[in-house]
Amino acid sequence: MSQENVISVIIDAVRSQGDVPPEICDRITAETNIVRDLKLDSIAVMDFIMELETRFKTVVPLDAIADVQTVGDLATILTRNQATAHETRNSQTDVQV
Amino acid sequence: MLQKYGALKRARAQLLDAGSTDSDAQDPFDVRFETILGPAEAVLAGRKVLLFGTNNYLGLTFDAGCIEQAVAAVRGDGTGTTGSRIANGTYGSHARLERKLAQFLGRRDVMLFTTGYQANVGILPALAGADDYLLLDADSHASIYDGAKLSDASVTRFRHNDPDDLYRRLRFLADRPGDKLIVVEGIYSMLGDMAPLRELVAVKRETGAFLLVDEAHSLGVLGAHGRGLAEATGTEGDVDFVVGTFSKSLGGIGGFCASDLPDFDMLRLASRAYMFTASLPPAVIAGVTQALETLERRPELCADLARNAAHLYEGLAAAGFALGPTISPIISIRLNDTGLAAAFWNRLLQVGIYVNLALPPATPERQSLLRTSVSAAHTPAQIDQAIGAMTSIGLELGVLQDPSERYFSAAQ
Repeated sequence: MSQENVISVIIDAVRSQGDVPPEICDRITAETNIVRDLKLDSIAVMDFIMELETRFKTVVPLDAIADVQTVGDLATILTRNQATAHETRNSQTDVQV
Repeated sequence: MLQKYGALKRARAQLLDAGSTDSDAQDPFDVRFETILGPAEAVLAGRKVLLFGTNNYLGLTFDAGCIEQAVAAVRGDGTGTTGSRIANGTYGSHARLERKLAQFLGRRDVMLFTTGYQANVGILPALAGADDYLLLDADSHASIYDGAKLSDASVTRFRHNDPDDLYRRLRFLADRPGDKLIVVEGIYSMLGDMAPLRELVAVKRETGAFLLVDEAHSLGVLGAHGRGLAEATGTEGDVDFVVGTFSKSLGGIGGFCASDLPDFDMLRLASRAYMFTASLPPAVIAGVTQALETLERRPELCADLARNAAHLYEGLAAAGFALGPTISPIISIRLNDTGLAAAFWNRLLQVGIYVNLALPPATPERQSLLRTSVSAAHTPAQIDQAIGAMTSIGLELGVLQDPSERYFSAAQ
């Protein structure tokens, strides 16, 4: 999935979570700062990332979240972990074959 | 240096304003009791109040036997141990309590900690190292989050009480080397709901993970012998580590971790919160040891507690309050407005009922909660008094609809 597509899934997740006003959701870009611009507290960020983990079928460790500042950072982490997930599935298939 | 707390200071001031305009309004986070009269009553601002927010589940803080043993221990062994067990030695009473607790729980080993908070902060980093994974229920207590933060393990949260989400995560991590430790609680402290332990155990078995259950609020509360949720659900054989506290049902302070795993004893040389803290003082150890004996000798205390919990829960549910999903000794009225919750809390105190005010972000789904905890020491009349006060204030503040209006709107 391209970074652009990942960001559109993130925006969709922000919208459906309902904590961020729609007019702010309309202005989200890769540069949007999650805490400052979306005004999410630490628990809201963790809950939001849990929602994205489900959508992307991935796992993001909490210590990795500490480095996430912008929507772009988040997209990178989700994509990176997804790539690992893909490798995992392939390697499992290899074992089964 | 402390400017960073400006927003916190403003939020606190706002909360105090919302709570009450009366001059006798209390700060929910700085309640000062003048005298504690017993497990269910205290004096606050010159008035007697009923205590419905203590976690004193079995009412043992004033148990005559516990007091007697604690007094004898002060006279015999002194007021404090003045150091950690690793550096300054173990007292006979520490070792006796560990043996007694191991016997009570049916476990091979028990390690004591100086508080329940330290049990999690000490045990999680010692168990889960750099290549391991901690999988925490999202609604875990702060001590579990803090313990996880101190660990070198990779930490992930799964959706509260959701075995499928846990399974998905463990499958994702399946081919990664390292041990996986699932961490859940017997009873969750905010809403009083319980972990679906049988379903979680099925996930644990299928994925080969380890399981830690924090029975802080369920020890002395659930199970035929009071051993907690694992006993009540018949899953003790699948729980690798039991964490608990002495500061709730056992009426003292301190924490523990119990396990059957070989070499569990090595954690005494690996857990920093165990090694670098002064050990529990003799009076506390003696009081807790006696409380454990009382729990064994008087199982009816658990039955009294269960009856009282059902009494309060059913009374508040019948009045129309939104509560947690399960009857347990923690019963919370769910409100959506922080100011309303603070006002409700203050009004309750004015009529002599003390409960806990729990606010976001410490609460699930950002709810504002009037959290009550029931004790075996409450009388039916005291519980009726609490239900009556909560109902009339609920009506006064518009949290509840008048019963006749409720009937009318249902008919429409």
